[in-house]
Amino acid sequence: MEALLRILEDLHPEVDFATNKSLIDDKILDSFDIITLIAEISDEYDVKIPVEEIVPENFNSAEALYKLIQKLQDED
Amino acid sequence: MIAPKKIAKLAVAALITIALLILLQSLLMPKYMTEILEGALISEYYREENKDHDVIFIGDCEVYENFSPVTLWQEYGITSFIRGSAQQLIWHSYYLLEETLKYEKPKVVVFNVLSMKYDRPQKEAYNRMALDGMPLSVTKLKSIKASMMDDEKFITYIFPILRYHSRWSELTAEDFKYLFKKDRVTHNGYLMRVDVKPLTTIPTERKLANYRFSDICYEYLDKMTELCKKNGIELVLIKAPTIYPHWYDEWDKQMEDYAEENNLLYINFLKYTDEIGIDYQTDTYDAGLHLNLSGAEKLSRYFGKIIQEEFNLPDRRNDEKLSRIWAAKADLYVQEMEKQYAELEELGYLKAFNSRRNDE
Amino acid sequence: MLFTSYNFILFLLSLFIIYYIIPKKYQWMLLLAASFFFYSFSGWDNVAYITVTIIATYFAALKIGQLHLQQESYLKENKGSLSKEEKKAYKEKVKSSQKKYLLICLFFDLGILAVLKYTNFVISNINSISRIFNAGEISFLDIALPMGISFYTFQSVGYLVDVYRGKYLPEKNIGKFALFVSFFPQLVQGPISRFDDLGHQLYSGHGFDFRNVSFGMQRIIWGFFKKLVIADRILPAVKTITQNPDTYQGIYVLVGMVFYAVQLYADFTGGIDITIGIAEVLGIKLKENFERPFFSKSTAEYWRRWHITMGTWFRDYVFYPVSVSNAMLKVSKFSREKLGEKTGKRVPVYLSTIIVWFATGIWHGASWNFIVWGLLNCLVIIVSQELEPFYAWFHNRFNVRGKFIFKLFQVGRTFLLMSAIRILDCYRNVPVTFRMYWSVFTKWNINELFNGALLKLGLDKADYFVLVFGIIIMIAVSLAQRSGSIREKLSARPEIVRYAAYVGLFISIIVFGAYGIGYDSNQFIYNQF
Repeated sequence: MEALLRILEDLHPEVDFATNKSLIDDKILDSFDIITLIAEISDEYDVKIPVEEIVPENFNSAEALYKLIQKLQDED
Repeated sequence: MIAPKKIAKLAVAALITIALLILLQSLLMPKYMTEILEGALISEYYREENKDHDVIFIGDCEVYENFSPVTLWQEYGITSFIRGSAQQLIWHSYYLLEETLKYEKPKVVVFNVLSMKYDRPQKEAYNRMALDGMPLSVTKLKSIKASMMDDEKFITYIFPILRYHSRWSELTAEDFKYLFKKDRVTHNGYLMRVDVKPLTTIPTERKLANYRFSDICYEYLDKMTELCKKNGIELVLIKAPTIYPHWYDEWDKQMEDYAEENNLLYINFLKYTDEIGIDYQTDTYDAGLHLNLSGAEKLSRYFGKIIQEEFNLPDRRNDEKLSRIWAAKADLYVQEMEKQYAELEELGYLKAFNSRRNDE
Repeated sequence: MLFTSYNFILFLLSLFIIYYIIPKKYQWMLLLAASFFFYSFSGWDNVAYITVTIIATYFAALKIGQLHLQQESYLKENKGSLSKEEKKAYKEKVKSSQKKYLLICLFFDLGILAVLKYTNFVISNINSISRIFNAGEISFLDIALPMGISFYTFQSVGYLVDVYRGKYLPEKNIGKFALFVSFFPQLVQGPISRFDDLGHQLYSGHGFDFRNVSFGMQRIIWGFFKKLVIADRILPAVKTITQNPDTYQGIYVLVGMVFYAVQLYADFTGGIDITIGIAEVLGIKLKENFERPFFSKSTAEYWRRWHITMGTWFRDYVFYPVSVSNAMLKVSKFSREKLGEKTGKRVPVYLSTIIVWFATGIWHGASWNFIVWGLLNCLVIIVSQELEPFYAWFHNRFNVRGKFIFKLFQVGRTFLLMSAIRILDCYRNVPVTFRMYWSVFTKWNINELFNGALLKLGLDKADYFVLVFGIIIMIAVSLAQRSGSIREKLSARPEIVRYAAYVGLFISIIVFGAYGIGYDSNQFIYNQF
């Protein structure tokens, strides 16, 4: 999870990703951020996030995103 | 569903809105009281209290500028009304006649046949002037349908506010003054002109490719003939003695033939200008397109004699009631005449018919 | 049928009445019939085109959905007996089968759109090149674009892709599906709806709800007000300026930009108000397409508030798929290696953005000015991204963030920028537009604003008066809307106030609307000739 938090903080250093649960709802992450994230996650964790999974539920918090990554890693 | 109290409130709101719209509509429609008087012609008939006319004229400016009902009364005791309008087309005339017969049954109907040359709607503005003045009726709806040009919308005849709403930025005192009541601008349909503009040149006529009047015009003429026959009315076809537009011999012949086939009286006054006594130096206000007051009175004197003899029209000057009514009409007639002469003296032209003069 | 026509109003009123008389279970059928009736006014060949798209998409989605269900039941049955690799292989097989149907149908649906919309554009470009070589020219096809094809095709494609992605199961009833694609209020200019949002609303019956009907009617009237009183009134001036670029330069270009901004805003949002209002009367809630876009403080924000459903459509069906595709991930990796982390990571983002804006541009119209329009918007967005460090420095140095005057500056800047780019719609010609931009700086004719020249553009004093009044009302409504629905607020006011507002608006449309033949008294002056 630390790697993920590192990636997120790199994008938006002013945000506390450990606790914030409404990253999409509060428009903290925009669509540019999302695709940058996906590219970095693909590099870091070697998982490809499919388009179907680009929904607010998966990106609203670092936890949710990490859960998604784990789920995708499992399926591989 | 909705509570009855709410429905009642909605109904009241709707009624108030409709009333507002009706008021606005009256405000926004042109009044035709101080200029473009031709627009007021059609609606004057309905305000006539005594709809008891021996003769009804229908047609275009060649009827409402060339005949004087007051003269017909004073000389022959004939009661008449002219239901004319600017460039009235034959279908306008037919439906106007059909509608008039719902109010009264004249003995004679006189129709100016110039409109036989127009086989299709000409101008939206003239449609409006012929139709807007009619109250809503099945006949009016039929007339609207027959007259509409391609870009006109039927609903704007039912709700004229949709046609005239853009006048909001051009409202004048006249629109407020005549919001509820209109003045009389005609004398039983005659639009008086005392000014004089003598005939100077007669334009050369163009040759036409085809002289035969169109089927649709003959259709309506037939309908008119039929309608009169059915109601025991004598239909008289006339051609007013105006120099322009040119009345071709070929056209004259067609009307002569038609009259003969249908047993109707047809008079082309252009052939009798001498007998009528028309002098185009003094009797026209626009160099021969229309007669002025003096011309109209001459023509009425001439024509009145013919129809009285031909159709045994009684001289009703002995009727007390009618005499009173027409005496009052004659007074107004003289007043108008004097007013117009005075205006001519002062300005050199008649304001109501020349309001654009100063803008040019 | 135009929204602002007597026929359409009659059609609407009849529909509303019948809709609430018939049993609820037949309402969707009535809507389907009404939609096709509405569409038939634009020609039976148009009806054929939309029917073809409906049928193809329906069957493709059905097939893909079937495969999903088969996959589910197969995996369930063989839960224990399959290894992870076998499961993965099976899923990939199903996926590739589904992909076949997806691609064929996409090719078909988008192909129809492409051929009808872009053939002549392609031909004209080929001709331009062949003219250089004197190699003869291809003649143009005589095609008329079916009404709403850009919208209904996108709506169908969105549905198909969603089914492919397993978001929901396909609609089994072809009539119901046809209604989703052809639902008449949104056929002409959107909003572009999603099936999981709109479908069930269309098919479930709706009982008469006074609030929905009342609010919907109010919204429809507001839309008519904007279109007839404001948009149609200012249009002649926009045309005069932009159709005569040689005559109207310098300050006129700025005037044209502002006037066009007003015209397009009033016309587009007015049309959408009518659309959403109609749906609301029928008990259906469509997604909003505009959110006070001229209050935006940046171009990026503007595109989240203007034509919203188009933006989200391109985001979900072009931007995301392109940017997370294998190809793009490879580009991302490559550029991060070659250009370093910081720069490299921006390359895929910008590349995807350019692709999306190119597509957005060409979706708007088949000509170069639209493509340039799209790319200019893209350029502004990319430049603002790159200027982030500068902005950060600026706000550190000058403490203006959040101050009203600075916000005003941001709003004004965005408005001018968007208006400038948008004027490409009107001039239709890229070199001409840039010449006009240039003339703003080189031609000094600002005195034209004060010498009555503005009254020679097709608008008279009365028109300007109405326009100013109308614009003030629009701005006031937008300002008030920030704190909640206007109709809600209005419904809390005393009845006499509500009556005055509704009827005032209605009567304003009838009296001040820029419709009809117009009264020119000169036409009524009787001349024999």
